[in-house]
Amino acid sequence: MQPIIRVQGLGKQYHLGGPAAVYSTLRETLMDLARKPLRSLRNNGNGSRIWALQDIDFEVMPGEIVGIIGRNGAGKSTLLKILSRITEPTVGRVELFGRVASLLEVGTGFHPELTGRENIFLNGSILGMARKEIESKFDEIVEFSEVERFLDTPVKRYSSGMYVRLAFAVAAHLQPEILIVDEVLAVGDYAFQQKCLNKMQDVSTGGRTVLFVSHNMGAISRLTQRCIVLEQGHIVASGPTTSAIQLYMTSGLLQRAEFTQNSSAGKAMNLLRIALVDERGEVRSEVPYHDRLRFILDYEVNKTVNGSSVGIVLYTVDGTCAMVSGDFDSHPELLGTREPGRYQAMVEIPPCWLNTGRYTVTVSLANATTGEVYDHVEALVLKVLDTGTPGSLHGVGRKGVLQPILDWTTTQVSR
Amino acid sequence: MQSVRLPAEPLVVIQPTKRWSLLSFKDIWAYRELLFFLTWRDVKVRYKQTALGAAWAILQPLFMMIIFTIFFGRLAAVDSAGIPYPAFALAGLVPWTFFSNAITASGNSLVGSANLITKVYFPRLIVPAAAMLAGLVDFVLAFALLVLLMFYYQIVPTIQLLFLPVLVLLTALFSLGVGTWFSALNVKYRDVRFALPFLIQLWLFVSSVILPSSAIPPKWRWLLRLNPMSGIIEGYRSALFGLPFDWPALGIASGLTILTLLYAIYAFGRVERSFADII
Repeated sequence: MQPIIRVQGLGKQYHLGGPAAVYSTLRETLMDLARKPLRSLRNNGNGSRIWALQDIDFEVMPGEIVGIIGRNGAGKSTLLKILSRITEPTVGRVELFGRVASLLEVGTGFHPELTGRENIFLNGSILGMARKEIESKFDEIVEFSEVERFLDTPVKRYSSGMYVRLAFAVAAHLQPEILIVDEVLAVGDYAFQQKCLNKMQDVSTGGRTVLFVSHNMGAISRLTQRCIVLEQGHIVASGPTTSAIQLYMTSGLLQRAEFTQNSSAGKAMNLLRIALVDERGEVRSEVPYHDRLRFILDYEVNKTVNGSSVGIVLYTVDGTCAMVSGDFDSHPELLGTREPGRYQAMVEIPPCWLNTGRYTVTVSLANATTGEVYDHVEALVLKVLDTGTPGSLHGVGRKGVLQPILDWTTTQVSR
Repeated sequence: MQSVRLPAEPLVVIQPTKRWSLLSFKDIWAYRELLFFLTWRDVKVRYKQTALGAAWAILQPLFMMIIFTIFFGRLAAVDSAGIPYPAFALAGLVPWTFFSNAITASGNSLVGSANLITKVYFPRLIVPAAAMLAGLVDFVLAFALLVLLMFYYQIVPTIQLLFLPVLVLLTALFSLGVGTWFSALNVKYRDVRFALPFLIQLWLFVSSVILPSSAIPPKWRWLLRLNPMSGIIEGYRSALFGLPFDWPALGIASGLTILTLLYAIYAFGRVERSFADII
């Protein structure tokens, strides 16, 4: 069978220093030019380039849904941008045997001053729909979006939830042969996310080919049959989703006990750091089964928010959600108002409770009332070490997400 | 998995482009609806949340005309080829205002559309083109003012009026050329944003808006012809007021317009592929 996407020897090189250094004013260019002879002496030529992607080869068959997974900076976004024709490869070739629509963001091109109705047409057209196509699907889109009543209101007056719903409704009605989707499901409330996932499944059963990037292993394992794992710009594995996810989660390199990110005034709430520490306060990614898991979270609140919550979610290697915990359990008052400032939170998972094995920890700073997500990071990968619990018979671990030590009361009742 | 009939040849091939790559007009044609929608958006949004709304399209040339009339028509008593100075000035100001607004809008359009360019593919040329086209609506409104003024002065147009569409096309193409070139330059050098208003101010004085080209000593008139806007604006006056056309000036203006446009498209195409990386 003939593939619908064929990628051969694809690579993309960036200048180090990132896009920010490239954007310049005339004065800087002139000054650079003056300095250039010196710099080339100092720098020894072109050591300042990096390959964001290299030697990428793969094929996708029509009707397949393929997941692309990898850490931040592994090259996923670059790959999607090349496939979407937003940026050009440095080497290699891609052949696409079908119409492509890409969804790297929800609501691309939405104009705040235009009404919902007008934005449906504008956004649909930007995503590559013909006007007739939009007209014929208009009612369906409106119904899907659940914002009928506000159709003639400028979208700048929409809540962020409504905005996302409308934007996704348009995108969900795209009917290309190839759909490229980036991590766009991280926004919006849970129920609507599910609705979108279902809609996307419809898309794939309709014979459409989907390339799907996500950090949400649950969504990846639900939607895709096959995954490509990227690491540092290379494909390190490609195969059935279950084994690809296993590899991604268990690859030794990927264990991470601390995650930090910069302050971001643009976000209402922003995670600064999360670390897993042992009882002496040392950061570590491996915790013996008999010890407690203590997480320390630092985050900032940049404007007064109502109804917000800070939560962690643990996933097992196969993408199953092991548990969810939020600070509202102990601090219901924070669900009211959270004032701007820096916060530190600590939460512990009791010892002898989680089964041995690897887990990923996702942190979510969100609004429990509106469903708006302020910050969402897949932050840590940890390992609960087997310390020879009585139940781990013959070196084979127990099954299950939990391995609690429970009280059994046993009496002999007859003879 | 069901079998899907695929075309034998790929619909899209993505590979590094050569240094010399021709603009794909087929691609632009395929995206003509987007051009329409982006133009429509710019028109819709332009006067949102302004008290005077579309009246701005008329006020700008109107006030310029009043000021010019006071200073140049009355105080300096400029010779305006027998045409009442207000009509003379407005006939120059209407295309000039279109030109200056169009190159400002399209010059800043790419940078202003960074969110689109980094998220969706479409032929990038559509962005400055839409910004230019949106200005045509203002042009039509301002033109209505000019028609009223001609009624007031009882200026009867001649058969030469038929030449007007050609002049409008020429203005639009020249604006597109200049705007497109600036928009590409602006991606790399944000100096454009500051240089443009300044440049437009200077350009006004050499575009025969205030004075007819006949007011310039013949020795220097050829220099004025190197500015297409001067020839085009004089062309508008000839078409509207039945004055003799300066054919050499118009010919040079047309030639330069085409050259500008071709160069702009070439320069734009050369940097187009890296917009998303540097914007």
